[in-house]
Amino acid sequence: MDAQFAIVGRDFAISVTDTGVSRSIVKMKHNQDKSWQLTPYTIMTVTGEPGDIEMFSEYIQSNIKLYSVRNAQDLTPKEIANFIRGELAEALRSRNAFSVNLLVTGFDKVTGEASLYRIDYLASMAKVPFGSHATPSFILYSVLDREYTPDITLEQGLEIVKKCIAALKTRFVVDMPEFTVKVVDAQGTRSIDIVQV
Amino acid sequence: MARRYDSRTTIFSPEGRLYQVEYAMEAISHAGTVIGVLSQDGIVLAAERQATSKLLEQNIGSEKIYEMNDNVVAGVAGLTADANILINQSRVIAQRYLLRYDSQIPVEQLVRRLCDLKQGYTQFGGLRPFGVSFLCAGWDSSYGFQLYQSDPAGNYSSWKAACIGENSGNAQSILKQEYKDEEKDNAAAPDSKTAGTNMTMDDALKLTCLVLSKTIDTAKLTSEKLEFATLTLKNGKPNIRIYSSDEIDEVLNKYESVIKPSDNSN
Repeated sequence: MDAQFAIVGRDFAISVTDTGVSRSIVKMKHNQDKSWQLTPYTIMTVTGEPGDIEMFSEYIQSNIKLYSVRNAQDLTPKEIANFIRGELAEALRSRNAFSVNLLVTGFDKVTGEASLYRIDYLASMAKVPFGSHATPSFILYSVLDREYTPDITLEQGLEIVKKCIAALKTRFVVDMPEFTVKVVDAQGTRSIDIVQV
Repeated sequence: MARRYDSRTTIFSPEGRLYQVEYAMEAISHAGTVIGVLSQDGIVLAAERQATSKLLEQNIGSEKIYEMNDNVVAGVAGLTADANILINQSRVIAQRYLLRYDSQIPVEQLVRRLCDLKQGYTQFGGLRPFGVSFLCAGWDSSYGFQLYQSDPAGNYSSWKAACIGENSGNAQSILKQEYKDEEKDNAAAPDSKTAGTNMTMDDALKLTCLVLSKTIDTAKLTSEKLEFATLTLKNGKPNIRIYSSDEIDEVLNKYESVIKPSDNSN
């Protein structure tokens, strides 16, 4: 039961995941970073089946890296999202489908725009201003629907993130003590300690 | 025994040469001339059709200039039959890229993939290499307008103005002489996507006509023997235009003053 969501402003994107890993009724880990750096300006957060997450994310990460090395140029977030969707769709129709839900957030240096692509385990993709997956999304979307406007600043974005986390803590049955918050903008990607904001 | 190293592409001669590859390049140097000129706001490609006859049906399709993708157009010198295979291959490569990434293939990547294919035939099996050189004019969002030349060995290089085919040596030296390219302006716009050229589209067309008139061995330049194409930007998207014979005549008329003097000197 992982929580992940992301928000896009005009020139930045914020990507949030919880840090817990559990199996059945047991907490296996409490400090897992569920985000994967694909290029200096693109990250994806992945939740789902733990084994699948590792296999699929490493495969994607390596192939994006391979493209950068071969062509001395990074793929844009849009291209990366399309590539991921294609790979996921192909795997879905084979014997080894991946049970992974992804949020791809990135900043395109050419257009100067941040973007978020929501991809689920059935390989459906949508470019959205904010997005989430699985059970926690029932709670998160109500907060995001109310708070989100397209012209938010980074500070306002982080306020929304705080409200989302607060909603999860009060309403969601699973305990999620910690979250990783990452920001993508023209400066690249960086982690933010949400407590100190 | 002199032909011991001639018959197979994959074998070096004792002097370290690959004869089949050299023969292929020789074949190209007798093919119709293709000229490409880069400008600030577009690229001009022009090609000479060699075999013409009164009985030959003109105006049907283009024979030497092909669209490879929405952002790449290529001029071909060499065996047209071989070129068709490569053109088809390049179209497939470009469409696969579009399917995978939902964006246009960067020009250099397409050229490289094509050259990898050509290189393969100089090393692995097959009977002979592709007897084809390309001039690829393309545009992509990261590097803007680009002009690439490729040869049968699989080498490729990027140019501001280039020429392949018959008389390409002469044409190249005229291009070098006449091409307006002031280095000092580069400093003003260091990250301009125009490869540091001062040429306008008009200049490029004019230069192309000049070079054609001086390299093609004919009394008068006509649309029958020529093909023209331009690649420009329209609303931020690449726009390929392959000229009809009427449009070619229009261009030739417009730059008649450039073409005429050379006729007298010949």
